Amino acid sequence: MADEKKFAGYVCTGCGLGERLDAGQLETIATRDGKMQSCKQHEMLCSAEGVQIIKDDIANEDVTHVMIAACSKRAKVEAFNFTDVALTRANLREGVIWVRPDTDENSETTQEMAEDYIRMACAELKSMTQPSASGEQTLNKNILVVGGGVTGMTAAIEAAAAGYPVHLVEKSGQLGGALGGYYKVIPTRSPYDAPAENPVPGMIEAIEADDRITVHLNSTLAKTEGAPGRFSVEVATESGSSETLSIGAIVQASGWKPYDASQLPEFAHDKSADVVTNHELEALAVAANGGPIKRPSDGKEVTSVCFIQNAGQCSDKEGHLSYFSGVTDLVSIKQAMYFKELNGDCDTTILFDNLRTPGAGGEDFYRAGQQAMVTFSKGIASEVVPGDSLTVKFEDKILNEETEMVCDLVVLATGMEPNSGPDPYAQLMVDEAEDEEEKAKAQAILDNAPPSILNLQYRQGTDLPHLKNGFNDSHFICFPYETRRTGIYAAGPVRRPMDAQQARDDATGAALKAIQAAENAGLGRAAHPRSGDLSFPSFRKEGCTQCKRCTVECPFGAINEDEEGYPMYNESRCRRCGTCMGACPVRVISFENYSVETVNQQIKNVEIPEEWDEKPRILVLACENDAYPALDQAAQAGVEINPWARVIPVRCLGSVSLSWVTDALNNGYDGIVMMGCRRDDDYQCHFVRGSAMAAERMSKVGDTLDTLNLEPERVILHEVAITDVERAPQLINDMAETVEKIGLSPFKF
Amino acid sequence: MTEVIATNETILVVGGGISGMTAALEAAETGKQVVLVEKRPYVGGRVTQLYKYFPKLCFPTCGLEINQRRAKMNPNLNIITMAEVTDIKGEAGNYTATVKISPRYVNENCTACGDCAKAVETEFDDEFNYEMGKRKGAYLPHRMAHPQRYVLDPAIIGTDDAQKAKDACKVNAIDLDMQEETIEFKAGAVVWATGWKPYDANKIQPYGYDRIANVITSVEFERMADPNGPTGGKLVRPSDGKEVKSVAFIQCAGSRDKNHLLHCSRICCMASLKQATYPADEVDISIYYIDIRAIDRFEDFYQKVKAKENVSFIKSKVASIVENKENGNPTLHGVDTEGYNRYANEHDLVVLAVGMEPSVDKASFPVEIVINEEGFIEPAPENGGVFAAGCSSDALDVNRAVQHATGAALRAIQVVNRVAATEG
Repeated sequence: MADEKKFAGYVCTGCGLGERLDAGQLETIATRDGKMQSCKQHEMLCSAEGVQIIKDDIANEDVTHVMIAACSKRAKVEAFNFTDVALTRANLREGVIWVRPDTDENSETTQEMAEDYIRMACAELKSMTQPSASGEQTLNKNILVVGGGVTGMTAAIEAAAAGYPVHLVEKSGQLGGALGGYYKVIPTRSPYDAPAENPVPGMIEAIEADDRITVHLNSTLAKTEGAPGRFSVEVATESGSSETLSIGAIVQASGWKPYDASQLPEFAHDKSADVVTNHELEALAVAANGGPIKRPSDGKEVTSVCFIQNAGQCSDKEGHLSYFSGVTDLVSIKQAMYFKELNGDCDTTILFDNLRTPGAGGEDFYRAGQQAMVTFSKGIASEVVPGDSLTVKFEDKILNEETEMVCDLVVLATGMEPNSGPDPYAQLMVDEAEDEEEKAKAQAILDNAPPSILNLQYRQGTDLPHLKNGFNDSHFICFPYETRRTGIYAAGPVRRPMDAQQARDDATGAALKAIQAAENAGLGRAAHPRSGDLSFPSFRKEGCTQCKRCTVECPFGAINEDEEGYPMYNESRCRRCGTCMGACPVRVISFENYSVETVNQQIKNVEIPEEWDEKPRILVLACENDAYPALDQAAQAGVEINPWARVIPVRCLGSVSLSWVTDALNNGYDGIVMMGCRRDDDYQCHFVRGSAMAAERMSKVGDTLDTLNLEPERVILHEVAITDVERAPQLINDMAETVEKIGLSPFKF
Repeated sequence: MTEVIATNETILVVGGGISGMTAALEAAETGKQVVLVEKRPYVGGRVTQLYKYFPKLCFPTCGLEINQRRAKMNPNLNIITMAEVTDIKGEAGNYTATVKISPRYVNENCTACGDCAKAVETEFDDEFNYEMGKRKGAYLPHRMAHPQRYVLDPAIIGTDDAQKAKDACKVNAIDLDMQEETIEFKAGAVVWATGWKPYDANKIQPYGYDRIANVITSVEFERMADPNGPTGGKLVRPSDGKEVKSVAFIQCAGSRDKNHLLHCSRICCMASLKQATYPADEVDISIYYIDIRAIDRFEDFYQKVKAKENVSFIKSKVASIVENKENGNPTLHGVDTEGYNRYANEHDLVVLAVGMEPSVDKASFPVEIVINEEGFIEPAPENGGVFAAGCSSDALDVNRAVQHATGAALRAIQVVNRVAATEG
C-alpha cells in the first residue's frame, strides 16, 4: 500500500435514500466540501457488487480512507469490513430519512441534514489514521494464580490443561485453603443426596503431577508491575528470599475468612465451648474420625444439635453482615447429615426463616435432608443460654410464639467475608482529601484496611476495587468477569460468597479470561467491551501540563505517572474508552481514529445557517453503546427527530472534551444535548466511571456559558438508556423547543 | 447452500442465548474458530424478551448490544440461525455435527428496510411477545434482532402474500425457493447451551391458567411491562384491558413440586421481586412464597422491595385459584403458614412465577450424554468433549449462567488445544 493517504467516498442510494435525497448533490458535497478524491454512487452499496467496488478501489487505486454514506454504523458491519483502511460512516438512513417525514415541505431540511452528515464524515475521516497494534508486548502465556485454595487450585489446573504454564502462589505452607480442613462437601453430582468426598486431596495430587504448574508455598506478592502480557511479579517467601516472575495475566483467588462469632454475644459463642460456628464444626467432624461427633466441653457424644441459620447475617445490625452468604443453608444441611451419619439418631434441628437452597442440586439436597429426618423449623433464634445443656430461645414462626429448645450443641450458621486487599479508592480518598477532617476520616478507613494482596504498582492503588461489602465482584450482570484492572480476574469467595463447586466453576471462567487477556495483550487488542480494538491513546508530551487529570480519571487505573508527573500509558491495561481524552484540559491525548480533532472537525464542518435563515443547529453527543442504538431503534420505529439535530456518536460520554462544547457554541450551535449512561450506584456505563466523570466535568460548563453570555439551558446532559426509543428523540426535540423559546445563538458568523 | 469452514479445532456452540453467545464470544476472542448454531432467527435467546434484570433493574438489551457488536466484529465467529443440531458423531477432538437449517426465505441482501412487512397482510401471533400481540407474515423478530434480517413465516409461502413480499423487496433479498438444508461439519468440542423454557402453566391445573383470563405467567408479565412490548408498557388485565390495582405473584408455580419440576428454579423469587417494582406505588402487590431465595447480595434487593409499603409477603403455597365470575378477579385460596390462617384473597391479576424447564431433549439428544433426574446435563467425564453451559446445566440466573458459560468455553478450548498440540 502506498504511504500516501487517499480518500474515497461512496454514497448508497438504496433503502429509499436515492428517492428521498439528491445523491448527485451529496456526491458533490463529498468531493467539493469533504475533499474526497473520488466519490461513487451505488444503488445497494452493501451488496456483494457494491462492496467489491470498494475493495477494488482499495486494491487497485490505493484508497486508504473510506467514507460510506449509507445506513447507521451499527448496520451492515460485516459487509463494510475492510482491513487496513480507515473507515467512517455517514448515517443517512437511520440518521436522516427514517427520522424525517417524507413530504415536500421537509425535503429541503432533510437534504441539508444528509449533506451535513457527509461533511461531518469526510471531515472526521480527514483527521483519522488506521490504528495498528503497537507491538508493545509479545505473547506471554504465563498465568499467575494467587491463592492455593479450591478456587486457585482449580484455576491452575484448568489453565494448565489448556496448555498454559501456571505459577500458583499460596501464603500458607500448604495447598487446600479453608476447604482443605473440611470433613465433606456439599454434593456436586446427581442425585445430590449425601455429603460428598472432599476434592482437595485429589486436586493437590493433580497439581503435584502437573509439570506446567509451579507452586510457591509460604509466598506472597511483594510487587506487581507492568500490564497484561508483561507483568513483572516479585514473589517473596516467608524466609526472605524472592523471585521475579514474568506473567501474562493474573487470577486472584484469595478466598474468604469466617465471620467472627464473638460479635454475636446473644449466642454465647465465647461463653460456651459447645456453641460453635459452621466453620468450627468441620474440625469436630474431622476429629471424630468416622465415629460420633463429640461435644468440645466434655467429650460427650452429641445427641441433639441445633443449627441457627443466618447468625450475624442478612441483618442490618451493627457488626452483622447485611448480605446472605449464599451457601450457609446448604452447609447446615450437609452438617446436619454428618450427625445423622455419625451420631445415629441424633436430634438435628435447623432453625431458619427462608431456606435458600436454589437450583437442582440445592433442592434435591434439601429434600435429602428431610428424608434423613433432619427437622427444619421455621423460627428465628434470639438467644442461646449456656449451661450443662444449651437452651436456644426462638420465635416459632409457624405457631407465632416465643419458645425454646434444649440441646447438646449449637452450630451458628455464620457468613463468609472476603479476603480482599485494600480498596484502592480508599487510598485515593486520603490523597485527595480537601481538608484535615476528611483526611482523618479517610485515613481511618485506610488504617483498618487489610494488607495488600497484589501490591500493584499502579497510580490508582495496590489492589482490585471493591464492589460492596469488600467483595471484588463485577457490577455487571451480563459481564461477570468485567474487571477494573485489565488482565486481573477475581474468582471464588473473594468475589461473592459461594460453595466449592461454584468456586470451581468460577475459577474455570476466570482462568479463561486470564488466558484471553494474555493472548490479546500479545496482539495489542483491547479487552472487553471494545474487544479487539487496536486503537490506543497517545499524548503529545510538549503540550502536557502534568495536571494528572488523565491518570486520576481513568476508570481502569491504566495510566501511571513518571517521576516528572507525565502520564505513562499501558496499552494492554487500557480499555480504549477515551475518558483520559475527555479529561485532558489541554487536548494532548488522542487515538489514531478517535480524537479531539476527529470530533471537532465534525462539529466545525456542519454548515451553520445565517441567523436570518432561522435554522438552528443542535449538536447531539450520544454514547455509542446505549443512546446511539436507542436513536437507531427510534428511526426503525419511525419516531421523528428534529431536523436541526446533528448527532455524533462517542465512545463513552467520558471521552467528551469540554472543548467540543465550547467550540460548538463559538461556532454558532444553538443547543447541545449530551446523552450518556446511568451513572449512580446502579451505573450502566460500560466503562464504569466514564459517564459519571462526564457529568462532573459538565457541571462546570455553566462557567463557559457565562463567559460567552449564553443561557444555561443551551447545554444539557441526560442519562439515556438503550430502551429510551421514544424518549431519546424527545430529548432532542425538547432542545429544539428550548432554542425556539430562548432564540438563536448570537454566535452565527 | 450454507458453507461452513470447520476443522476438529473448531468449537461448536449449540444455542445462541446469553450462555451460548458468551461461550462463543469468549472462545472466539481467545482466537478460536467458533460455529454458533441457533434455533431462532436471531441470537440473544430469552434475555431479549426480558424488560429488566434484577437486582440493578437495568436493561438486557444494553448487554445484548455489546455482545452483538462483539459478534459483528469477530471474524472467528460464524453464526447460523434457524438451525438445529440433529446429530453429533465421534469423540472429543473429532466430532462431526449434522445441522438442519430451516429456510428463512430472506437472504443476506436484506437491509432490514421493512418494505416486505408493509406489503404482506397476513398476521400471526407474535411468539416474541408470547402470543400476546400480532406480527406480520414477513417480520423482524425484534428491533435489535441480529442478524438484522427479516424472516418470512413458512405459512405464507405459496400464498399471494409471499409474492407481495418478494415484489416489494428492492434489493432482491427474498428467495421463495429457499429449501431446508442439512449440512455436516467437523468440530473438536461442543458447548451445549440450549437454555430453558418456561414451565407449561397449563399443567398446574389448580391455578387455572387455561381457564382464568387474569392469571398470566411471569414471562408474559415481563413483556407487558416493556414499553416496546404488546401493551406499550401498560400493566393491564387481559380480560378487560383495565390497568391493574392489585397483583399477586405465586412463587414456585411448577417448581419444588414432585408433580411438576423437582428443582428450585432459582430465579423466580428474584424475578418476582423485580416485577414487584414494575407497577406504580399505588398498586397492591402480594407475593405468595415458600422461601424467598435471595442469594448473597440479592439480599439487599429483597430488603429494598420488602420495605416498599405496597408489597406484602404471604408464606404460603397457594392451593387453588377460582375466578370471581362477576368481575373476572382471581381468588386465591390457601393457608398462611405463619400462624396457620386460611385465606381467600381476591386480586385483579395473578402472575405465576413459572419455573425454568431445561431445553435438553433427553429422548433425542444427538450424542451420548449424562442427564440428571431434573433434565439438566451433569458435569460428567463420560460426556467427552461436550460441555453444558448455563441453564442446560442447572437453573441459573443470567450472571451465573454467563459465568458458567465462560468456564465451558475454557473446557472446549482445552480440547481443541490438545488437538492442535498433537496435530502441531
